[in-house]
Amino acid sequence: MTRADACAGILWAGATAYALFGGADFGGGFWDLVAGGAERGERPRAVIQRSLTPVWEANHVWLIFILVVLWTAFPPAFSAVMTTLYVPLALAALGIVLRGSGFAFRKSIEGLGGRRAAGATFAISSLLTPFFMGAVVGAVAAGHVPAAGDGDPFSSWLQPLPLLTGAMFVATGAYLAAVFLVGDAGRAGDEEMRRYFARRALVAAAVAGIAAAFGLVELHAETRYVFDRLVHEGLPLVILSALCGVGVLALLLAATRQAGAPRSRLLRPLAAGAVISVVWGWGVAQFPYLLPTSLTISGAAAPPDTLATVIVVFLFAAVLVLPALGLLYWLSQKEMLGE
Amino acid sequence: MPWLDPLPLAASASNLLAAREQMAFTLGFHIVLSCLGVALPATILVANYLGLKRGDDDAMELARRWSKAMAVTFAVGAVTGTVLSFEFGLLWPHFMDRFGSAFGIAFAIEGIFFFLEAIFLAIYIYGWKRLSGWAHFWSGVPMVITGIGGAFAVVAANSWMNQPQGFTLDAAGKVVDTNPVKVLFNPATGYEVPHMILAAYMVVGFLVASIYAVGMLRGRRDRLHRLGLLIPLTIACIATPIQLFVGDTAAREVADHQPAKFAGMECIQKTGTHQTEYVGGVCTSSGVKGAIPIPDLDSFLVGFSADTEVVGLADIPADERPPANTLLHLAFDGMVGIGSALLLLGAWFAFAWWRRRDIPRTPWFLRAVAISGAGAILALWAGWIVTEVGRQPWIVQGYMRTSEAVTDAGGIWFAFALTLALYAAIGTIAILILRAMSRRWRAGDAGPETPYAPPAEVAP
Repeated sequence: MTRADACAGILWAGATAYALFGGADFGGGFWDLVAGGAERGERPRAVIQRSLTPVWEANHVWLIFILVVLWTAFPPAFSAVMTTLYVPLALAALGIVLRGSGFAFRKSIEGLGGRRAAGATFAISSLLTPFFMGAVVGAVAAGHVPAAGDGDPFSSWLQPLPLLTGAMFVATGAYLAAVFLVGDAGRAGDEEMRRYFARRALVAAAVAGIAAAFGLVELHAETRYVFDRLVHEGLPLVILSALCGVGVLALLLAATRQAGAPRSRLLRPLAAGAVISVVWGWGVAQFPYLLPTSLTISGAAAPPDTLATVIVVFLFAAVLVLPALGLLYWLSQKEMLGE
Repeated sequence: MPWLDPLPLAASASNLLAAREQMAFTLGFHIVLSCLGVALPATILVANYLGLKRGDDDAMELARRWSKAMAVTFAVGAVTGTVLSFEFGLLWPHFMDRFGSAFGIAFAIEGIFFFLEAIFLAIYIYGWKRLSGWAHFWSGVPMVITGIGGAFAVVAANSWMNQPQGFTLDAAGKVVDTNPVKVLFNPATGYEVPHMILAAYMVVGFLVASIYAVGMLRGRRDRLHRLGLLIPLTIACIATPIQLFVGDTAAREVADHQPAKFAGMECIQKTGTHQTEYVGGVCTSSGVKGAIPIPDLDSFLVGFSADTEVVGLADIPADERPPANTLLHLAFDGMVGIGSALLLLGAWFAFAWWRRRDIPRTPWFLRAVAISGAGAILALWAGWIVTEVGRQPWIVQGYMRTSEAVTDAGGIWFAFALTLALYAAIGTIAILILRAMSRRWRAGDAGPETPYAPPAEVAP
């Protein structure tokens, strides 16, 4: 494996972590959005708030990690994406600002009206931000970003595959969040909320699955290279993802049916496994391209010492950041963190 | 999409100006919040330490309050910082394309520091209730270290733009080889990094102290307010004299390595010895108008002798001179002037403390502290203008012009207008929230627990 390939792997590891943690974070905002009025939505919102508050900032550092690795290790790819997809990227950045400030403000702002406005800002941007990020990823995978950059700012992403990918991002985040919240509510002994989120996880899983199926059809139409590799080299990952998805569905069905169903330790790992295998399936499918089919990993790679630095930094991150992150999640799950 | 063409979305020659304004505004906004991220943790931990070690409930209460305020400012700082990483690509794609492999090195390192800071900040902010006192205190210590580390990495990247090194270009101008150590430890890192970290401690110290000075001026002279003034003011007053020394060194380094920037800062037109130092005034090509001239001082400050030669703008090619000389000059003088005033304020405080173990009795002292926070922020912005506008027309000094780096994308003015409105709203709401928090603390109310639960029913 070359240094450039290793850096691409690091990029994908960051994307995986962001899809899992950032995705679940966006999904929490999505369920907040559809929780109903102040009275009806109070209990689910409280569960969401408790789960998100201590971890949301750390969840989003993965995005910065991805951007930094991309521009340092693969500068031409970063520039090509930025000069082509600046419309959805700027909208995603707008969503990030609205979301973060809305979330931080909504519990501190004075008056119910202000809190609702901040909360609505947080929730709506939780829907829009992953949608535009998905559109960016879909446009890259579909090969709509030329290596030289300056692709069409609209037709590069206003196409079926990028838009479907956006929808898939929203649904996947909602699905992950609901699965995590099933666990959180279960641990808190809140049976009603456990079933509430289990039902929603089922719906979100179905929507994500349908979007993925249509996405495959569109992938076939828009970029044969990626499609062919996905159903050949990427096939084991596709099958793994499907198996994880079916397992999650079975566990969720059990959770919605029986009131006192035993809590399964497998639910979260299986849900995460489904997402992880999709992210890596995408990576395998477009290998060795960063921008299919115009810019390869080695063609976009920075000089060797820069790549070595990125690898060393990643090793440091693995030694320092991952245990710290584990500590944060552990404390959060042990209910040691609260306001 | 032809229907969009008549709108200001169309790309235009004014992209450079729009992109620079957008970058300046968003950075100017973020830099204040990042100062809070760098220096507020240490300020909080001092109060926390006093609270634990001496059983001082007031100090403990201050630490608790400041940590709640930090939860708000860090959240806004995290999103405005994310916006900046988008802007590198959205506004300056050709810079990132050509130099991302060198410029990015520092940011890759910054990523680790920021990650760790976000993690430990979350543990500290939300760990007040359930973690034991000292475990909680120690969970906060990494915030201080990572805050400084993150500032080092980000400012090293900026230093590199001022004094780039550690890369090899091929004939086409492409970076073909890098030396990460030389990129990180470029000649400007040595003075820019401490200058910025000290600035963060000054901004936070004076800003927090100024809030309690206003409270004391309004008659709230309890022990909590006194301590709330003393802790941050002491930190700021320790940082200030070191800062003036570092800043003085920095100015001499700039005179040596970036003569165009220095000439712009000081409005020097003709190269020569015995240069006059102009305080204030308007820069014109025939010299400074309306300034207070101090003969020979500029040469003396640069080389400790009036015979030191200082390069003037006339000897710099017209297309390599920094723009907006008056702005640059006044920003530099403003920064130095405010810094010197803050030094005097610190000396006054130190003298009174030495004589009577108390702050000066006159309300003029509290009034001075009350405006010191705003003053420190103004000095911070002025310094940032000096380093950024002073480097123009270059984005990478001597290698790439800002005009070569800018995007061809349309809609930058539109995005800038939207950003102005959005950031104005966010800034206003954040300040209103912090004020409301402070009102609630005074009223002894903990505030709402769930986001927007219906109002609690009043018992009949």
